[in-house]
Amino acid sequence: MKLVTAIIKPHQLDAVKEALEAYGISGMTVSEASGYGRQRGHSEVYRGAEYTVDFVPKVRLEVLVDDIDASSVVDVILKTAQTGRIGDGKIWTVPVEDVVRVRTGEHGAEAL
Amino acid sequence: MTTAALLPLAAETPKINEAATAFMLVAASMVLLMTPGLALFYGGMTRAKSVLNMIMMSFGAMGVVGVIYILWGYSMSFGNLQDGSSDVGGVFANPFHLFGLSGLFGQDGTRLVDPFGVGVFIPETIYVGFQLTFAVITVALISGAIADRVKFGTWMVFAGIWVTLVYFPLAHMVWGGGLLSGAANGLSAKLFGATDGVANVLPIDFAGGTVVHINAGMAGLVLALLVGKRFGFGTQAMRPQNVPIVMLGAGLLWFGWFGFNAGSELAADGLASTVWLNTTAATCAAMLGWLVVERFRDGHATSVGAASGVVAGLVAITPACGALSPVGSLVLGVVAGALAALAVGLKYRLGYDDSLDVVGVHLVAGLWGTIGAGLLATSTGLFYGGGVKQLAIQTIIALVSVLISGVGTTVIGLALKATLGWRVSRDVESDGIDAAVHGETAYDISGVSGGRFGSGGAVPTTAHGAKTPEGATA
Repeated sequence: MKLVTAIIKPHQLDAVKEALEAYGISGMTVSEASGYGRQRGHSEVYRGAEYTVDFVPKVRLEVLVDDIDASSVVDVILKTAQTGRIGDGKIWTVPVEDVVRVRTGEHGAEAL
Repeated sequence: MTTAALLPLAAETPKINEAATAFMLVAASMVLLMTPGLALFYGGMTRAKSVLNMIMMSFGAMGVVGVIYILWGYSMSFGNLQDGSSDVGGVFANPFHLFGLSGLFGQDGTRLVDPFGVGVFIPETIYVGFQLTFAVITVALISGAIADRVKFGTWMVFAGIWVTLVYFPLAHMVWGGGLLSGAANGLSAKLFGATDGVANVLPIDFAGGTVVHINAGMAGLVLALLVGKRFGFGTQAMRPQNVPIVMLGAGLLWFGWFGFNAGSELAADGLASTVWLNTTAATCAAMLGWLVVERFRDGHATSVGAASGVVAGLVAITPACGALSPVGSLVLGVVAGALAALAVGLKYRLGYDDSLDVVGVHLVAGLWGTIGAGLLATSTGLFYGGGVKQLAIQTIIALVSVLISGVGTTVIGLALKATLGWRVSRDVESDGIDAAVHGETAYDISGVSGGRFGSGGAVPTTAHGAKTPEGATA
């Protein structure tokens, strides 16, 4: 199994969620995140005082998938979240040793 | 509140003016609402870790000043209004003359008062109430200059001493027939002469440009210098924690300000109506003035700028609202907004941490409004062919107010610095003054902070428990 984690622009979340559902992914975890990459932050002005805000709002999307689905899921997210402009985010995949469904105690692929 | 012409009680029994009384009950309530409005205006602009402390500085002022006003505040400011008894050198009235408002209640209930001597009698109790709300907000205004870093106890003690030694005397001097009024013993009468006991050139401060705004703005400047900068001032980003709350606060201030300005006529009449309109005119124009400066200087017209422009306009029109035309008010307002927008940048250049711009907004717009009245007053202003005398007396009362507030606040501020101390510890300041000093935090949005009821138990209490971090005593 693999854990696919994507950091995307918040307003791309709905489109990505729908595309993943259409692909057949039945669950995901989403959390608010903030950070920066090459784009760095942005500036805000309050009463003439300019502040550089380094960490910009992002959404962290996590999906647990079977090994064979991993690269397709990454593709689905990539195609939907990509705007081509700076700040689109990152996607990475890591191996997962085990997954347990809390309600039933099922392990592994059964628990996805 | 133009200069009170003292009128001895007429032989016949005065009759209550019900319309004016109803109006003053509403006006006083509206001015009281300004202080919670100010608390939101300021609270939204502080950092999330200190918003409750900021709000409590305003609410604390309500408590301390409200109590003191009833005990000796009214007596010290207006105690000689009714009986014409002498004051102390035109500076303040006897604080014990009407201590606890004794003497306001006869067999027929509260006595009536006609502060301007125009035959409009209202119960003296609501006049006390109206004036009380002014004292409250003036003290609360100062708190914005020293946000995030001051011991709550020191602030409460300061509020009581400052309102007694600085605010009450200044209110007496301007509105109670003292030195800065048009009374026969006032500065204006001495400079330009008097006719029948009234100065030839009446100083204009309709609703408190000197007493409220120059006074609070100057006190804010002095305290910001005495208390010192927040750690990280000028290097860290100190973003407003909740801009919509700033906007709500500005809206409440604007609404309450109608009570403040129109109510200062003490009657529901034509001038009160003009004052309402002038107040709106100046405020709208000031908001635009601020936004235009921002757009060209910073590239954006901001929400905080709009809210600040509104307040700058309200401040500037406060002394002048009874003397200008609506078009004159537009001119006064747009200049006020632009001036204040430029003035809020001064603190970074000069290096004082007036955290929420009490100086840039209240002192600068207060000075402009008070002095600008000498230019734009339709009957006596320089631009209307009235000559320079009005402008001169306006400049004098503005500068005397700066001086009184500056000296008084310096003495009180230094005394408190040497005794109770002003600053919370550095740890408390960087962790957040809310949790340490008040034992509360403003927001629990995520709901995952954990914990349980009560302070005891096997698990040692931490930040949100009963144990107060060292140095947090207020």
